[in-house]
Amino acid sequence: MAKLTRSSSLEQGLHTEQLTGRTQQRFFDFTEEENFLYPEAYDVDFNKRIAFDASKMDTNGINLKLRELMSQGYGSIVVKNPLAKHSLGVGILQRLNLTFEGSLGYFGIGLIDGPNVRVTGRVGWSCAENMMSGTVVIEKNAGSTFGAALRGGDLVCKGDVGSRTGIDMKGGTILIGGRTGAFSGFMMQRGRMVVLGSAGKNLGDSMYDGTIYVGGEIESLGVDAVPAEMTELDCAWMTRKLTQYGMKAPNGVEKMTKIVAGKQLWNYDNLEPSEKKLIL
Amino acid sequence: MCGIAGIIHRKGAADIGSEMTAMLQSLKHRGPDSTGFAVYGMPGKNEYVMRFKVAEQEDLAKGFQIHETVRQRRSEVDSRLAGLGVKIIEAKDATEYAFRYRIQYDGDMKKLADFVEDVDSTEILSMGSALELIKDLGDATVVSNQYSLKGFKGTHAIGHTRMATESDVDIRSAHPYWAYPYHDISVVHNGQLTNYWIMRRQMERKGFRFMSNCDSELLAVYIADKLDNGVKLEDAMRQSIDEIDGVFTYLVATSDSLGMAKDSMAAKPMVLYESEDLVAMASEEVAIRQIMPQEIDTFDPYDSEVRVWRS
Repeated sequence: MAKLTRSSSLEQGLHTEQLTGRTQQRFFDFTEEENFLYPEAYDVDFNKRIAFDASKMDTNGINLKLRELMSQGYGSIVVKNPLAKHSLGVGILQRLNLTFEGSLGYFGIGLIDGPNVRVTGRVGWSCAENMMSGTVVIEKNAGSTFGAALRGGDLVCKGDVGSRTGIDMKGGTILIGGRTGAFSGFMMQRGRMVVLGSAGKNLGDSMYDGTIYVGGEIESLGVDAVPAEMTELDCAWMTRKLTQYGMKAPNGVEKMTKIVAGKQLWNYDNLEPSEKKLIL
Repeated sequence: MCGIAGIIHRKGAADIGSEMTAMLQSLKHRGPDSTGFAVYGMPGKNEYVMRFKVAEQEDLAKGFQIHETVRQRRSEVDSRLAGLGVKIIEAKDATEYAFRYRIQYDGDMKKLADFVEDVDSTEILSMGSALELIKDLGDATVVSNQYSLKGFKGTHAIGHTRMATESDVDIRSAHPYWAYPYHDISVVHNGQLTNYWIMRRQMERKGFRFMSNCDSELLAVYIADKLDNGVKLEDAMRQSIDEIDGVFTYLVATSDSLGMAKDSMAAKPMVLYESEDLVAMASEEVAIRQIMPQEIDTFDPYDSEVRVWRS
């Protein structure tokens, strides 16, 4: 088993999850400079602003244009008329203020690490898939698999989202202003999901860990998803997060339902047959 | 993967031929093998439009004396129509192997369909007072140009771009499917029906015919059977979610309605735009944006959701 080292962030109480068994937990240390820079990251100035019209550009052209503008030091970029094209704004691994005035198609803003993104329209399936850090705010609705495999950062949709929201999420926070569809939180491993509206069937199915908060009705819970007691810490954290994005729980955060893993499906501590042989 | 799209105008007719062409062309990446349109025009009084083919497109490229054979098949169809007392008002060649007939007929539709399809390699693609079903190999622009669809005026339409997975790349496996033998009903589908063969055998025992091995054809026959038994379109579609297994989103159109159903897993995509004048839907929003480039509010239907709109 890999040796676990305590980081500054742990000492400051930023990590509360206690994983056991063979689970490996590595902590992000914000005191180490190399954690903030990728080799191809550009040094941008947030006060250097630009906007361009994407209505006649294809996906590749738009993404290359973004990269070109970042290389020129633009830190605040507005993309007008994206017209629901797919895979826009993906793979941005640095600080950036990016606004899409309009809607995005599938796989928008995926694989990002650091930027603050705002979409004034709707996003299609798999928005912010594998996002590592930063913030993404969607002003309208979102399609299915919103925040799939999310690893960090804040992903916010102020409208309704489709099914399988936060599937396989491994960290970070998802905030949903409206309702979410079936199988949300499926195989969730870490992180938090807040749904101010209702949730579809099989919520949190087969979740390993993490927490889901729901303000409205829950159609049904998935396998191994169980209600848990809401604590003052939960309420304080939710209030802080929601306030940050101008959102509010209709009936107050105290009345929301908290869902966690029952951990009856866990087999982290079960050894594989080949490993048992070594012990015997 | 496949892409599906639908549009319904609530306040009169529009150029649905051009609209559906643009929507389906933008979904080409979801299915480049074939493209199909079911367009609903202005119904003629006491007459039907019959679209049929007497060969596959690929037959024309390799068949021995195929051109003469195609002519003979068409003559045989004409002869059989005359034998049934069908009055042909107008006959047009859409291609060498696909035809559009305006006919008058007040007899048994199933008998007509069976008699015509008894001619070798002949398939009725659609029969309806408003429905015209066009499908062929190629992308939306190719098929639309081939069949002169641009400028087609009507109230609603559904369409499909096909990526062949479990059946052949040919016209008989392309969508939409006409709901044999009932006029003006058509279906497009994106997904897989896992109890297809069980359901198909049940329908075959009831006397329905299947022209392809494509699972989507089952939906057309299933809905037609329900409607024939007095079940309303919306109820029939709700029942399909319980009775048909698999992952699917499909659209059904009748002479005055358009319906959408999504399976209980919500595994196949659909985006909707709804206004007082127009309802548009597609597998991807980019298709809706072809006819609505301005900023609009769209949303995804949820699992087991069924919606029906009237023109």
